[in-house]
Amino acid sequence: MNPTFLPWLITITCLLIVASAFTFVISSSRTRNEDYDDIVKRSYKFRKIFFIVFLLGGIIITSLTMKNLPYDAHAKVSGDVIKVNATGHQWYWDIDKTHFIVGQPVIFNVTSADVNHGFGIYNDKLTLLNQTQAMPGYINKLVHTFDKPGKYKILCLEYCGLSHHAMVAELTVTEQ
Amino acid sequence: MNTPIQSRKDITPAAKNTLLIYLSTTLAVLLLMMVFGAVLRAGQAQIINLDLTLFYKLMTLHGAGMVGISGLGSAAVMWYFLSKYIKLSTGILIANLVFFLLGVVLILGAILIGDFAAGWTFLYPLPVKSMNIWSIESAATYLFGLLFIGVGFLLLYLDIGLALIKSYGGLSRSLGWHCLFGNSKEFPPATVVASTMVLIINTLGILVGAVVLIISLINAFYPAFQPDALLVKSLIFFFGHVFINAAIYMAVIAVYEILPTYTNRPWKVNKIFLAAWSFSTLMVLAVVPHHMLMDFNVPTWLATIGQIGSYISGIPVLIITVYGALTIVYKSGIRWDLAAGLLFMSMYGWASGVIPAIVDATIHVNTVMHNTQWVPGHFHFYLLLGVLPMIFGFMLHITKKPSNENTMNNSDKASLFIYLFAGVGFVMAFLYSGKNSVPRRWGVHLDEWLATDQVATVFAVLIIIAFFVIASKFFLRLPNLLRH
Repeated sequence: MNPTFLPWLITITCLLIVASAFTFVISSSRTRNEDYDDIVKRSYKFRKIFFIVFLLGGIIITSLTMKNLPYDAHAKVSGDVIKVNATGHQWYWDIDKTHFIVGQPVIFNVTSADVNHGFGIYNDKLTLLNQTQAMPGYINKLVHTFDKPGKYKILCLEYCGLSHHAMVAELTVTEQ
Repeated sequence: MNTPIQSRKDITPAAKNTLLIYLSTTLAVLLLMMVFGAVLRAGQAQIINLDLTLFYKLMTLHGAGMVGISGLGSAAVMWYFLSKYIKLSTGILIANLVFFLLGVVLILGAILIGDFAAGWTFLYPLPVKSMNIWSIESAATYLFGLLFIGVGFLLLYLDIGLALIKSYGGLSRSLGWHCLFGNSKEFPPATVVASTMVLIINTLGILVGAVVLIISLINAFYPAFQPDALLVKSLIFFFGHVFINAAIYMAVIAVYEILPTYTNRPWKVNKIFLAAWSFSTLMVLAVVPHHMLMDFNVPTWLATIGQIGSYISGIPVLIITVYGALTIVYKSGIRWDLAAGLLFMSMYGWASGVIPAIVDATIHVNTVMHNTQWVPGHFHFYLLLGVLPMIFGFMLHITKKPSNENTMNNSDKASLFIYLFAGVGFVMAFLYSGKNSVPRRWGVHLDEWLATDQVATVFAVLIIIAFFVIASKFFLRLPNLLRH
């Protein structure tokens, strides 16, 4: 599944709920109910339910999504790991290895020689799979395991000057 | 019959005229920036052949211009209503405008003459490492321009802070803590509570901005001084995040003050309202790390705060304000006019914009969404359909002659509908492109991405047409108001 599909689905669903609430209120706005205290009372009751649902949802989502964060993945990864240095320059990538094997974990040591860049790994369908920032003076260790053979691209995801869009490198992934 | 702004006896004619100049400036700059925005999308869509140097210059101008002008227009909203409760200085109001315009001149010069194109966020060290596209002097001019704008706002907040302390006996009281934590029933007005929150967060935000601008300027002229890139980035994002959030919180005062006059129902301040605003004061400041979730050297606990904080940060105020707006409009018998429609729309835009923002603040989602077009998608949602309708609704309301009938003629209905329809279409195009991993801030788009860009360009043009109609209404009223 495309990694952005679920966030997209959740966003669209929530946007539709908000739009429905506004449509409902607009459609009922032209008639007047003089008993505003009663409206407020009912409204506050519903607001409390809404708040609790939101809070519970937030706690559940947080507990589900706080696992396997990318920050210390390099310390946990095991097996036949390959380490690769990737350095951003205005306006090209200097990557010391561009051929990888399916299933083999790769630690990209990402940095920059000049300004901030963004190291985004794209598959052949131009779907963004993983990323980290490339910052001068820092090394960001990005762990990625390619699960399919093919041509992958590295696109720059942080604006770095007039040829920002030209910062594209290619990686090749094979079964063996 | 006088318009609301003419009826105000508690502020000087000079203040009224200054506010009208604030709003006129806001509309003029907005029109220009919207046109630039449409040109950028048309360039990405390959509808026009846009020179790449020009693309990145306009991108820088569009960002700086939109953020700055949102701040200026929103400040007009806050000043207009806050001056009902506390005595504010007209001179400072004018000084802020002068500093703002000086800053604009410097920024325009840096970009249009000096070819500065480092993006509005001037992310260190790009301003001084352009590959000889622009000079150090251009970068410094841009940075000084932002500094001027910041100084103006700081003066404004200083005046507001002093007046709040004088009138309410301290900021804790103007935040309503004596009611929240005590037994007092003397609740401060919603406008005062919101203004205090803005004063606290944006003074901090602008001070941090000033520090980082000075650091960047020192580096520009003394390259041996090399600050830490991660530290500078954190400071820049703190400043940018807080400034744009403050713009929303200043402009939303229009909803608190104006919408109840249409529904004849009060906007009550209670303990929950006060708790929400106090909580959001802290949370707006605490969630800044959500901008840096892909900087793996940021401590994990800070990134975690970035995610969890984002889930809960705006929610109290959002639930209080948006939900409050829905409640006072529900079965109110409201007679809609363009101003009321815009203010109500702003609540929809604000509430909707928060959704993709929260989704993107989830670390695992940020991995595949950060710096894609998802990001401009969410902030255009609450700026284009949130903050701007708040400002438009405000300016149309205060310049309208009162009548028993609030009416909407056909041009009002058409402009409102087109603005909403095209606005939603425009931001959804960004979000859809973000879902499809299209990077943001790329002057050249691949063939696979063009169809969405082309649709977005059409929506952008429609937005400008609707905006033009709305702005014209204000400008047609202006000569009479200024003469008065």
